[in-house]
Amino acid sequence: MPGLEDLYREIILDHYRNPRNRGELESPPAHRVEGFNPLCGDEIVVYLELDEDHRITDIRIGGQGCSISQSSASMMSAAVKGRTVDEVSDLTRAFKAMMSIHESSLGGETAEPVELPEIKLGDLEALRGVVKFPVRIKCATLAWNTLAQGIDEALA
Amino acid sequence: MAMTTPLDVESIRADFPLLARSVHDTPIVYLDSAATSQKPTAVLDAMDSYYRTVNANVHRGVYYIAEQATNELEAAREKVRRFINAASVSEVIFTKNATESLNLIVQSWGRSNLAAGDVVVLSHMEHHANIVPWHMLVAERGIELRWIPLTADGQLDLTGLNSLLEGAKVLSVTAMSNVLGTLNPVRQLTDAARAVGAISIIDGCQSVPHTATDVQALGADFVAFSGHKLCGPTGIGVLWGREDLLAAMPPFIGGGEMIRDVRLDGFTCNDLPWKFEAGTPAIAEIIGLGAAVDYLTAVGMDAIRAHEHMLTEYTLRTLNDRFGDDITIHGPADPELRGGVFSFAFKDLHPHDISQILDQHAVCVRAGHHCAKPLMKLMGVGATARASVYLYNTTADIDALAEGLDATGAFFAF
Repeated sequence: MPGLEDLYREIILDHYRNPRNRGELESPPAHRVEGFNPLCGDEIVVYLELDEDHRITDIRIGGQGCSISQSSASMMSAAVKGRTVDEVSDLTRAFKAMMSIHESSLGGETAEPVELPEIKLGDLEALRGVVKFPVRIKCATLAWNTLAQGIDEALA
Repeated sequence: MAMTTPLDVESIRADFPLLARSVHDTPIVYLDSAATSQKPTAVLDAMDSYYRTVNANVHRGVYYIAEQATNELEAAREKVRRFINAASVSEVIFTKNATESLNLIVQSWGRSNLAAGDVVVLSHMEHHANIVPWHMLVAERGIELRWIPLTADGQLDLTGLNSLLEGAKVLSVTAMSNVLGTLNPVRQLTDAARAVGAISIIDGCQSVPHTATDVQALGADFVAFSGHKLCGPTGIGVLWGREDLLAAMPPFIGGGEMIRDVRLDGFTCNDLPWKFEAGTPAIAEIIGLGAAVDYLTAVGMDAIRAHEHMLTEYTLRTLNDRFGDDITIHGPADPELRGGVFSFAFKDLHPHDISQILDQHAVCVRAGHHCAKPLMKLMGVGATARASVYLYNTTADIDALAEGLDATGAFFAF
């Protein structure tokens, strides 16, 4: 049985208590996108500024949610700021792979080894324990799905 | 409260096998009966015995066990009839769940009686099951929905009821909020509806398991409830309706069982209640529901209500005394006005985080919007944590909840 310390690592609680890049950007010019988790009513707002090289020059996070969704959003904002959308896309893939390894092994089946992109997740590694609490995976991925949608919309 | 003999909760708990288990090496504290109740051995045995010794399809079989299965199913219908004091078994229709019961009313009665501009009055505390079917009819028919607002302490605000009901064809409200615990003045509501010629529909999901229900005394035209919240199995619900209304309504789902005759050019409906029961019914579940109703009747619905009233008083006092301004329990403060459902906010913590820590203490509470998003929006929250009690809960369960909340507060202290 996984313990709470697997889920609520100190760095997660730190991001929950002191969320980075919390707030709003004027939209437009910033792109604003909302994401919802219909299961728990969590909502997130991502404000995104991209330069002509498709680099995220600024990002802000609004909305409300649990410690996992809020800290994941905070860590994400710190991780993607200054990166190009291609880099963010790789990071997103790596993060989701970390989240889904356990999903594919639910039910006791042996998970296929997942080919992780050569991406350093840094602080985001702290969220690895979330996969041991499957109902919380959606909390951790909400910000990332919302960001991906925002990038798609901004480049459309 | 009327004087009733206190429940022997220890012996009741022995009837519910699940309550004996542990999670995380801790005896389970089940506080989520508003979502689904636990099942007594009597229900499990009735269903098991049906499958082991009686299993055969019902109605039309001439052989012995088919007749026995039919008799057991129809005996369960009679048990439910008595449990809610319906005038006739023709008025007791088995559905999949309360959601299907409500959809049946909307699709059958609604589509044959409501046209563009007709008014349906709902309340701000309804479950999605009593909102979405009406939205579907709005899209199809252009009916108008009006909403009874709430007071600050989570009661229906009935000051404008008469003007809301003006020209209305339907009033459809819950007898008890699954979020706030509020017990609504059903008779007052159904009287007001009848006075303007509107039919009234009562969502009894949270009330029927916890208080004695007399559908005739409620003055409603339809009452919907589910089996699994009253110690019965999942997959079985009930729609009670006034016989004259049901008789005039077209069928909801077509197929076997609901017909008297089928020709190449059409069909004739079966009698009530089978007209609304197309296909092989959930036989074991119906028999299980009959056993659940027997069980609750033997314990005594008034005794159950008295027990939960005591637990409600204890819960409100315990949590408020212990946590003061750190906790907000939504809904009426007066235990007379509410049942044993406690949605709360605690120290600005998210309900997910609260329920996660409580789970480590084997305390089962629900976290989410409780299928009442319009109410959540009105309350200004995305979600709440919700504890709810039933006949098998004790003050020790509430103490465990309080201990768990203490631990939750300590865990997230900053």
